[in-house]
Parts: sequence; C-alpha cells; structure tokens
Amino acid sequence: MRPIRVLVAKPGLDGHDRGAKVVAAALRDAGMEVIYTGLHQTPEMIASAAIQEDADVIGLSILSGAHMTLIPRVKQLVMDQGRDDILITGGGIIPREDMDALQAQGIGRLFGPGTPTTELIEYIKEWFAAQEREGASPASA
Amino acid sequence: MTSIKVGSSGTAGLGGLDESARENERLRAEVAEWKKKYESARKRDIAFTNSERELAPLYTALDTAWLDADDLGVPGIYPYTRGIHPTGYRGKLWTMRQFAGFGSARDTNERYKFLLAHGQTGLSVAFDFPTLMGYDSDHARSEGEVGKCGVAISSLADMEVLFDGIPLDKVSTSMTINGPAVILYCFYLAAAEKQGVDLAKLRGTIQNDILKEYMAQHAWVYPIEPALRLIVDCFEWSAEHVPQWNTISISGYHIREAGATAAQELAFTLADGFTYVERGIARGLDVDSFAPRLSFFWDIHNDFFEEIAKLRAARRIWARHMRDRYGAKDPRSLVMRFHSQTAGVTLTAQQPMNNVVRVAYQAMAAVLGGTQSLHTNSMDETLALPTEESVQVALRTQQVLAYETGVPNVMDPLGGSYYVEALTSHLEEEAESLFAQIDEIGGVVRGLETGWLQRKIAESAARQQWEIEQHRRVIVGVNDLVTDEPELTIQLLKIGDTEAEQRERLSSLRATRDGALAERRLNELREAARTNENMMPHILDAARAYCTLYEIRAAMEDVFGAYREPVFF
Repeated sequence: MRPIRVLVAKPGLDGHDRGAKVVAAALRDAGMEVIYTGLHQTPEMIASAAIQEDADVIGLSILSGAHMTLIPRVKQLVMDQGRDDILITGGGIIPREDMDALQAQGIGRLFGPGTPTTELIEYIKEWFAAQEREGASPASA
Repeated sequence: MTSIKVGSSGTAGLGGLDESARENERLRAEVAEWKKKYESARKRDIAFTNSERELAPLYTALDTAWLDADDLGVPGIYPYTRGIHPTGYRGKLWTMRQFAGFGSARDTNERYKFLLAHGQTGLSVAFDFPTLMGYDSDHARSEGEVGKCGVAISSLADMEVLFDGIPLDKVSTSMTINGPAVILYCFYLAAAEKQGVDLAKLRGTIQNDILKEYMAQHAWVYPIEPALRLIVDCFEWSAEHVPQWNTISISGYHIREAGATAAQELAFTLADGFTYVERGIARGLDVDSFAPRLSFFWDIHNDFFEEIAKLRAARRIWARHMRDRYGAKDPRSLVMRFHSQTAGVTLTAQQPMNNVVRVAYQAMAAVLGGTQSLHTNSMDETLALPTEESVQVALRTQQVLAYETGVPNVMDPLGGSYYVEALTSHLEEEAESLFAQIDEIGGVVRGLETGWLQRKIAESAARQQWEIEQHRRVIVGVNDLVTDEPELTIQLLKIGDTEAEQRERLSSLRATRDGALAERRLNELREAARTNENMMPHILDAARAYCTLYEIRAAMEDVFGAYREPVFF
C-alpha cells in the first residue's frame, strides 16, 4: 500500500501550533507522508496546497474559535476543485455540538484536547483502507 | 536556618567551624544509614517530573551546604530570592487579575464591570486574533475570527467603549498584545486623554514581548529588527510620559505552553529580557531609566515545588545579571516584578471539574513563589471561553487562598527548605547553562532565525506527549482514572455575531472622522518610519485622529515589511 499523504494546516490567525506539530510528527512516525503548511494560512492557500501536493487527508488545527467558518470553507474549496475524495479532519478547542454540526456537513472526525495520537492515526489509516477498498472494487467488478 | 550555613566559611570562629564539621559528619552518617534502608525497601516507580532532572527522594542540609547569605538574603534586599518587598503580602496582597475579553467592546465592558463588582482588583484585556495580528474587524483575513477569542478593537472608538464608565486613573490595566502592541497602547493612552486622565497617573502593562512571539505564540507583524526598534521606542518615550506604566511583560507563559520545560521557560524568558536590556543600552539609554518598568509573566504548571523554585530562581538570576552584567544601580532595576497565570495546557477537556483542583494547587504555588498578580484559569477553558460562573469560581479560588488558608501571612515560607533551596539552585544552574548555549549560537535573535529555540521547545513538547501516551506521566481522567460514564457536560459560553456590528462601526467611523487629518497622520507616520525618530508620538497622533489599527499597521509595514515565518518541522 502506498503511504498516506497528509497536509497538516493551521487556518486563520491562530498561532497555537504545539498540537499541529505534535500531530504532524506523530503521523510521520506512523509512516505517513506529512506536509506542514506553517501558520496563518487562508482556506484558499490550504485547499490549493492540498491539491498540488496530492494530499489524501487535510488535518486542520484550530484553537481560535473560528472553526465554524474556516473548516467548511476549506471543504467547499476542495469540493469546487472536484476533490470530494479528500478527508478533512482535525482538532482543537471545538465544542462537542460544533463537532457534530461539522460532521453533519461532511467533515471527518474532529479531535479534542487529550486525544492520544494513536487514536487519530488509527482513524486515518482505517479511512484510507476503506477508500482503497472502495476505489478498487469498481475495477475488479 | 543555621543548618543552611553549614560549610559556609568566614562567618564562624574556629570553635564554631569544628562544631559544624562534627554536625556535618553526624548528618552524613545518618544520611548513609537512611540510604541503606531506602535502597533495600520496595518503592513505587515514580517517573513523573516536568523536567529531565533526576529527583532525590530526600533532601537534607547536605544538599544546601554551599548556600550562603548572598544566595538567599531576606525579602526586599538583594538578591531578592525570598521576595522583592520587605512587607511581602502583609503590605499588599497580589492583584487578582482575570484575563478577559470576547465579542465587542461593549460585551467586554460589561464583563469588566462584573469582575470589578466581584472584588477583582485589576483588568486584563484579551484581544481577538485579528486585533492581535493588527487587522481591523472588516479586513478579509479577519473573517470568522472577530470577537471569538477576545475582544475586537479596531480603533480609539472601540477602546473608548471598552473602558466606558471605568476611570482609568483608578484601575490598572494589563493588555496582552505584542505585534501591534504600541498601536493598542496608543489607543489606550488616547482613551485616557478623552477621559481627562493625566498619562502620568496611568498604571498598567502592555505585553509588548515580540521575541517570545517568534519563539512560541506567533502573533507577530514586523520583522525582528524593526519590531525591536518599536519596543525600545516605547521604553524611551514612556519613561518620560507614562512613568508608572510597565512597558513590557517579558513572558515565559507562552514558551511553556508551547512545550518548554520549567528550566527552558526560565532561561529563554530571561535571555529575552537580557536582549531587550542590551537593545535599550545600545540605543544609548541609561539602564536605570527603563529597567524599573520591565516586568515578567510566568506560567504556573503542575509540578508544585519546581514552580515555586522557578520563581525564586528567576528573581535571583535577574538581580545578579542586572547588577553585575548591565551595571544597574537603582534597586528597582534589579527586582523582578511578575504576573503569573495557571497553566492552560494542564487543563483537561475530560472531567472538567477536576480543573478547579489543578488551578487551586497552581495558584498556591504562584503565591508561595511571591507573585505580584495572578490569573486563575477557569475549568471550561479547554472547551470554550469561560462562562461568568466558571470565572467566578476561578476568582473565588484566589480569594479562598488569600483570606482562608493563611498562606500569605508569612513571607517566602518555603525559604530554607532543603528541597526548595536545592531545586532553586539547580534551576539557576540549568538556566545559566542554557544562557551559555544561547551565547554560543549567537544570541536570541540568531537562535530565532535559525530555529534553534523553536526546535528545543518542539522537542520538549513531543517528549511530553510521548510520556503521556506511554503512561510514564499520569493525567487524571485522560490516560488514567478514566470514567466510562457519559462526558460531564457543562454550560459553555456562546458568543454572538460581532463581525457585522464591527463592520458597521468601522464604516461609520471612516465616514464621520476627519478623513484628511487621518490621511495626513498616516503619511507622517510612514515618513517617521524611514528616519531614526522615536515612533511613539506619531503613532499616538494617528490614534487620536481615529486612524484604524490596520491603517497604522500598514503605514509602518510599507517601510518595515512583514515577518515571514521560517517553517521548522
């Protein structure tokens, strides 16, 4: 199986990157190819980087409270490019009900403080394996 | 206290020395006997410390034998290890200063009045991300972030509303602002003028610590050199015009929150402090003209004794370096005054009520360490901005500490503790060793440019995460003592839509102000930026003319350029 490509991004003006960097390092240690965007990215910059880098997954880290604006915006921009196959996941200071609302809009799981990195590694790997199975099935049918 | 003097020379007569040598010998024998018993007994596996330092299971007079009066002294006297005031908290309790800000200036003004009515004794402004980065609420980059993480302040007009009905000569105000610090400071000064308050009467602090922004918190605007120029401009101008104002709060808080150990927080913060002092001296300022207004800000983490020792070591290191390295003579230049905040990073989203307990221990460590002011975090801050109810519990935590526990009654009550004294000295040694490493790589600015400092912090953060995931470090309710019951839900603060309101306020401001005057002030500002002039009077004039935050930022950016983050990963 080819390595999973993950773009870890910090959208908006929020400068708290401890979580993003810890997660990026953990995903890399788990064998994924990780691109970290650095801080203060606009949704446009993130979407275009994800497409250029051919990312399978976008991991968004937001601790600023702007998640209800920024996460759907990234999703929309990626969809506009016809890429509904990219998983958009992430984490930060996001209240449970906002997580639920975002998931209802087609965003992947969002992880709160205290989540072990193993949990999100497993989540991404499972999602990717399911994608691969799905992608493989029409060809084999 | 006498046992601490064991081994110090020159103070006792010959007979005294003999006696203390005998005492020492007896203690050594006792410690050896204890050690034998200890080593043969069964013990728990204790992996936990916040640093990489090995802790002994017991400290005795042997560990502090080398301490002398020059290390400890008494409160109010050099080297200030035991406190900066001869009266400690008997003279004045610490200032209870809860950091607050959300939504519009009007929303936050109401919260301030609530806090003042409940016995809070100072204000502390939390700005939203656009303001922290120098964007107006109606700038494209501000979308979705206005009023979310703090209050939105885009001009003097907003600052006037923020302090409406709060007399600025009666309260002290701390403002957490860095990249555009001098601009928000000028809004505050202009708001005070509008209230008819003499600037010489203003008391408060701007954080204004850009070095730790590049290192850890990342709310920057300009490149390093022009940013440092603005800070020295602020030191120089304020010494004359706003003499009671703390022109900087040199902050370890964000460095620690980003992952640093206690020793790294101590060393990197003090190294930042020394850098500012050197820049002031390089400008030709007398060190005693600006050093008395430098203040500090520490993070108070979980490891109770280490935090107390860190604060004691910080005072001693600062006093020594200021006197011996920078030639400061005024005692006010030697004393480290500081604000403390309990560690946000230790709060857990799981079982959030437990956070009340964590905060209480941390607050006690801050007070035992002799803090001048304190913010206690609210239990719900890993989930959202705090509600009024949880802020009240946090404030009451300080009040219980102040009025019920008896902790503030005696100065530096842990002074002389073998463990705390040994730890204080160890932290000082670790800091000195980190100073030497920073010197070796070419200083703080070079360390930021090459990413050396950022990498050290990221490595510590990764190590701590690994320790938690390996269960080498227990976080109650997170990786141990987890409950299967459904998550305890607590009421969270909801913030209304500030963005639309702010857009309207800004468009009406631009329509009603004297546009030609604003334009002229911005041009003068841009011109001044090209010279070596002090920028403060020009920024203040632009603030008075209701130029907006972003207009002022952009005028200087035309000359200074913007900071581009080197990405280290």
